[in-house]
Amino acid sequence: MDLIESYKEELQLIRKPWTRLWVGAFMVCLLLLPWIAPEHITYIVTIIFIYSIGVQGQNLLIGYTGQISFGQAGFLAIGAFTFGHLSQWGIPWPLGILAAGLAAGIFGVLVGFPSLRLKGPYLAIVTMGFGIAVYQIFVNSEMLSGGRMGLMINKLSPPFDMPDVTFNYYFNFLIALGFTLLSYNIISSYMGRAFIAIRDNDIAAEVIGVNLTRYKLLSFAVSSFYTGVQGGLFGLLVGYLEPNMFTFMESITLFVAVIIGGLASIEGSIMGAAFVILVPQLFSEFKEMVPVVFGVTILLVLIFEPLGLNGRWIKIRLYFRNWPFR
Amino acid sequence: MSNFMQYLVSGLSTGSIYALVALGLALIYRSTRILNFAHGDITTAGTFFAFMLIGLELPFAVTFALALLFGAGLAMAFYFCVLIPAQRRDANQLSQIILTLGLGLILQGLVAYFGGTEPQSFPFPLSDITTYTFGTVIISQLSLGTIGVGLLVCVLLYLLVQKTRLGLAMRGTSENLPAAQTMGIPTRQILALSWGLAAMLGVLAGIFLAPTFLLDPFFMLEPFLKGFAAAILGGLNSLPGAIVGGVVIGVSESLAGGYISVAFKNTLAFLIIILVLLVRPEGLLGKEFIERV
Repeated sequence: MDLIESYKEELQLIRKPWTRLWVGAFMVCLLLLPWIAPEHITYIVTIIFIYSIGVQGQNLLIGYTGQISFGQAGFLAIGAFTFGHLSQWGIPWPLGILAAGLAAGIFGVLVGFPSLRLKGPYLAIVTMGFGIAVYQIFVNSEMLSGGRMGLMINKLSPPFDMPDVTFNYYFNFLIALGFTLLSYNIISSYMGRAFIAIRDNDIAAEVIGVNLTRYKLLSFAVSSFYTGVQGGLFGLLVGYLEPNMFTFMESITLFVAVIIGGLASIEGSIMGAAFVILVPQLFSEFKEMVPVVFGVTILLVLIFEPLGLNGRWIKIRLYFRNWPFR
Repeated sequence: MSNFMQYLVSGLSTGSIYALVALGLALIYRSTRILNFAHGDITTAGTFFAFMLIGLELPFAVTFALALLFGAGLAMAFYFCVLIPAQRRDANQLSQIILTLGLGLILQGLVAYFGGTEPQSFPFPLSDITTYTFGTVIISQLSLGTIGVGLLVCVLLYLLVQKTRLGLAMRGTSENLPAAQTMGIPTRQILALSWGLAAMLGVLAGIFLAPTFLLDPFFMLEPFLKGFAAAILGGLNSLPGAIVGGVVIGVSESLAGGYISVAFKNTLAFLIIILVLLVRPEGLLGKEFIERV
């Protein structure tokens, strides 16, 4: 889309001054949102921030590295319950969130090992099996899941008499922003390039010197780290955890977010996260219809716009940049 | 020992359900290289259709046939209305797989909307309670019927695929699509037929499964995942593999439930698959992958 003349320009996050302007304006809007919008909208946007972290992670795995995974719910559950137990032992939240990510990341490496030999549908079934196995272990073990009442987590108490919702909003906004910048840096570093090479043709990638073992496992580790952090933050926001939050449907939701948002794009991940959160909210009166809307959107997106919401967004921008010429 | 035989027989009965589901998946994967994520939901829709027809008090044979046709029609409609337009727009393998995921979500929502989410019991001519005793093994009428239907379907499918002209065309299409087209095989019809046949197998499994479970929109999820696992275990390309995979998973699950713990029997099924795939990535009876850059 852009003409890039130097490597320095390639590494820039935003290249055009106009883009800087509207991205800046958008950021200001997001910062002001809790003071303008009603409380429940602020809360929904907070959940979108949390989800966008996990969706970005999955996009690194599915979109950039091209490994199909259906085990997201398992990583979410591992992250969330790690955080829950640590916070019950009185460990401060930054360490808890980090541990949640690391625990999920370690399991990510374990699940990644089959990916060295398996491809496509075979890998999908193994990761799916992992997700379901984790769910069932949590359901059947009261020690891990905190019993029938679920696991209670102490919420953070906001400083300077800030309302609870506003504080959570800014807290998750900052973390999501950090992870978004991290993802941009990952994809423009050697690691991201290696991921893309593996997706496009893994044998060719190995021939030109990408260490397949290391980068496939790294991709699983990074993506499940993100997902684990999402689980931890979600637990911190909601204040309690139970295994039924992490069923196979949750894996599907994250997967749908990646597809609808657009494979291999960070902006797309955020849009996809917003989509899967907003649609159930808009259709809250017809709960049964939510999967139908997801399904129809997937069909439409894949037939008419395989690049997802982000592809459409790029086309709109291109249209206005060249306006009135086509 | 008698316990062991009992577990074996009940494993065979669930195994034949898994084998039916797995056969449907393998049939589609073999011919189109698409992993059908909507299989479980097509099955659920067909079973709910049968349930509605039972409410109309039609004879059971008619209901049965109509439900199978409904499932087949649904799958063929999906093939013609969604997959072919997508293929015309150069959709790749992954996006075609995701299209079936979309269909699955749509059907799941529609079934929940029209069929209701309350679990209902499914009336069936074969009873779950009437039992026969063979030596030390007790078997219910329903499990006996399930095993019988499983065997019958395997034999019929074998005859269809190996002994008829239609089967030859199906094999040719899955072997090499452009070559089959050049030889004058109407590949599009053949592929649509494969989809329909696969959906019929699924609905058959669903109807025989519904009496043991209560009927709700999600009753097929677990058997579908197991059938999926069975197809992978046997090798997605191979129809005998699907049957072997189904029986292996059914029996090992039942043995694990009997000797180890009922709570973890599903987890164990997936652990077996992961272990088998680590040793033989192409599945038990699948062809080895050969890759070129």
